[in-house]
Amino acid sequence: MLEVQNLSMRFGGLLAVDGVSLDVQEREIVSIIGPNGAGKTTVFNCMSGFYKPSGGKILFEGKEVQGTPDYKISRLGMVRTFQHVRLFTKMSVAENLLVAQHRHLNTNMLAGLLGTPNYKKREQKALDRAAYWLERVGLLDLANREAGNLAYGQQRRLEIARCMVTEPKLLMLDEPAAGLNPAETKELNQLIVSLKEDYNVSVVLIEHDMSLVMDISDRINVINQGRPLASGTPEEIRQNDDVIKAYLGEA
Amino acid sequence: MAANNLRHALFCAVVTLIISIPILGLNLEAEGINIILTGAKTSTYIAIVLAAIAVFVFQAYRDSIMGLLGKLPNLNPLADKEPMEQSKRAKLESWILTGIIVLALFWPFVVSRGSVDLATLVLIYVMLALGLNVVVGLAGLLDLGYVAFYAVGAYTFALLSQYTGISFWMALPIGALLAGLTGMTLGFPVLRLRGDYLAIVTLGFGEIIRILLNNWTTLTGGPNGIGGIPEPTLFGMEFGRRVKEEGNTSFHETFGIAYSGEHKVIFLYLIALVLAVITALIIRRFMRMPVGRAWEALREDEIAARSLGLSRTAVKLSAFTIGAFFAGFAGTVFASKQGFISPESFVFLESAIILAIVVLGGMGSQLGVILAAIAVTILPELAREFSEYRMLIFGAAMVLMMVWRPQGLLPMRRIHITLNKQE
Amino acid sequence: MQDLLYFSQQLINGLTIGSAYALIAIGYTMVYGIIGMINFAHGEIYMIGAYTALIAITGLTALGLAWLPLILVVALLCAMLVSSSMGWAVERVAYRPVRGRHRLIPLISAIGMSIFLQNYVHLAQGSRNVGFPALIEGGFNFSADGAFEMSLSYMQITIFVTTLICMTVLSLFISRSRTGRACRAVSQDLGMASLLGIDTNRIISATFIIGAALAAVAGLLLGMYYGSIDPLFGFIAGLKAFTAAVLGGIGSIPGAMLGGLILGVAESMTSGYLSGEYKDVVSFGLLILILLFKPTGLLGKPEVEKI
Repeated sequence: MLEVQNLSMRFGGLLAVDGVSLDVQEREIVSIIGPNGAGKTTVFNCMSGFYKPSGGKILFEGKEVQGTPDYKISRLGMVRTFQHVRLFTKMSVAENLLVAQHRHLNTNMLAGLLGTPNYKKREQKALDRAAYWLERVGLLDLANREAGNLAYGQQRRLEIARCMVTEPKLLMLDEPAAGLNPAETKELNQLIVSLKEDYNVSVVLIEHDMSLVMDISDRINVINQGRPLASGTPEEIRQNDDVIKAYLGEA
Repeated sequence: MAANNLRHALFCAVVTLIISIPILGLNLEAEGINIILTGAKTSTYIAIVLAAIAVFVFQAYRDSIMGLLGKLPNLNPLADKEPMEQSKRAKLESWILTGIIVLALFWPFVVSRGSVDLATLVLIYVMLALGLNVVVGLAGLLDLGYVAFYAVGAYTFALLSQYTGISFWMALPIGALLAGLTGMTLGFPVLRLRGDYLAIVTLGFGEIIRILLNNWTTLTGGPNGIGGIPEPTLFGMEFGRRVKEEGNTSFHETFGIAYSGEHKVIFLYLIALVLAVITALIIRRFMRMPVGRAWEALREDEIAARSLGLSRTAVKLSAFTIGAFFAGFAGTVFASKQGFISPESFVFLESAIILAIVVLGGMGSQLGVILAAIAVTILPELAREFSEYRMLIFGAAMVLMMVWRPQGLLPMRRIHITLNKQE
Repeated sequence: MQDLLYFSQQLINGLTIGSAYALIAIGYTMVYGIIGMINFAHGEIYMIGAYTALIAITGLTALGLAWLPLILVVALLCAMLVSSSMGWAVERVAYRPVRGRHRLIPLISAIGMSIFLQNYVHLAQGSRNVGFPALIEGGFNFSADGAFEMSLSYMQITIFVTTLICMTVLSLFISRSRTGRACRAVSQDLGMASLLGIDTNRIISATFIIGAALAAVAGLLLGMYYGSIDPLFGFIAGLKAFTAAVLGGIGSIPGAMLGGLILGVAESMTSGYLSGEYKDVVSFGLLILILLFKPTGLLGKPEVEKI
């Protein structure tokens, strides 16, 4: 469903990503791992349209999408989270989820001003969807709290819920477990698996928490210094000499 | 540490003297073709010395003073009190708003003509500030050329009335639409700029429009402006002593009452009031609509907003256009109230005043902005001596607000959303 | 021949104004380079410099001082002292407390400061413009067939030379002195510089002081050149200088110089060949075009959006 072919990204003289390829099938969890500064987030930024890659192709459902503006990418059904949580901090939790449904609600302004029945129906649907996902991530009671006042783990969950209300086909999670305690990480583990099993979403995951990665990934891609190092099932990666060397060498 | 503190305090005191003595203490005065230097009044010097001493004492004992201030029960009752319960505050706010509107309805019948005139001006500022609030407060786009759209509204009416004899009621939507259109055209290329660059570019646009108005003499009359702008009519009834336009009747004759110049003033005031209320209601509605939430989302985190499918340009453009639209609205009313307009009414200072209103009122908060508009317009009129210091105080207030309470005196309240548990 | 002389005249006028713009633009560009904010009140600092210089000149003349170079040097030093103190104080009062907050907050604070200072001078010195005595008169005249004369006044030469001296001193200061090196370090990475033990607050203060001092120099020069000043004198000049800074690439000191000169020439060509009334339109238009098509300016570095 998603295919990244030979992706490269250059900043001035620095080749941050060089020849990275990966593919994601439907209902699959694919992880990207690698040492800090390996270019994982840059790959994400290219996939989500924030950067225009210097070379290579990105195909989503068979269509080339490299260089498509960010906001259009997410309308295609590819939505991401951020390494440092990015919420609309001064808005309430519920409003965060309503903003995300903007495109579903985007009827013309006049309808909204007049409050036509059609507009009201859509608005109610958006509210229901928000309520559903807040319930799902355990934040329904905090719906009117300012998002910036939530605990860190809650903010992470809210960010995922905010992606899910857009009804994506592919979810890109950038270090979702960073800063979570073991109990929260376990919850996250279950949540991601459930997204795949119950909601038919494919997931691309960047993560440093190896137990999480090994546990839930269907396949893993390792990149090092912007270049692909290995790819395969968790079992294969665990036994790959290059990977072991890269990680131990780093440490 | 203590010696260091004293040295710093002394330094600050000396700086205070340096920046105040030449400018405040020595005045340049023209005498014939020569300029001479005269000393200021003794009281000025005393004030300068006192200020320097105050700075010295504050800096020397800064820590203990700040500590003391921290311990004092907060002087501002609004600042640290438990935030009022959301629903309670919402109720209180709507009561206050209703109160203001009711008061505003009866006000013109009991006060002098001058007061009504001033109140009309206040309402024009309310409209302007509410419109700018959309752009600056909600969407977070600093527009320093807002007055340009106000000018478009005013000049549209003035020119159309001069060349085609259009009436106020026809000009009102045309002026607003044209201002909105101007906003859209100017906004389209510049809205992808980063916040501070956008501010400067809008300032540039504002100046360009003013310079054009000033120099395109054949069309706009240049610095002389345009006069003879008609007043609004009520269902074809004019408020003048004699009917100017064929087919119209006059208000006082229709109702068989004696002519009074006050009718016209009060009528204009009521129109401004209705329009201001309409403006407030429409914008309030926008704030609860997806587009209003999108404005705020983009202000809060542009990257996250884009990652969720919000088009930066479209969202910003909608805020910019709507803000400009209401400025055009206000401009038409202004032209009609004055009967005469010239580029002098549309200088940068005017943009700065409107911005000060929005900043003082609490960016995003409607009630705050309305109260601030009233205060900023009326205070200089109440105290004549104050009017000279008006802009000085506005400037200082803007700085203080940013340092001390950037969310404004009455920060925006979040709208409560009720969610029902889903299966 | 006549056309050429006319053109050269416009060029000289433009370069004169432009080099003074460049002096003001340095203040914008250095502050932006270090803390990323537009110091909107910088134009007012320049205006205060001009006022102080005029006050000093008038005072010294009244005291019976007659030797022109001494008057000018003392007036220049006074203007630099007052402007620098003002620049320092403005940063302490209005910018330091809001540093690091949302981008618009320091900018609004700066606008407030600009309005405050404008009215501070307005209240103290009155709103009408005051004449600035032309202390440096005369110049070289060139003519073709006695028809049109091109002139290069001593005042213009003074402006060029003073600007050149200031820029040279500034460049040496930035590249050689300890503080200058620290300035460059802070503008590269403020957080890192402070970790390495550089007192960033001091460096930021120094930036404001240097920028203000150069603005004061421009205030004296342009005050004399134009022949009159008023409290609004700084506003437009500030905008022009900001345009110059952006044109050259904000954050870049050579850029500010280049931008100032280009803007000055563009303006004087407009005045000379179109109409003086539209010279402001041209510079604002130029600003808008640059920001739209090359926001990094001529010599600026591109900025990568951090996600």
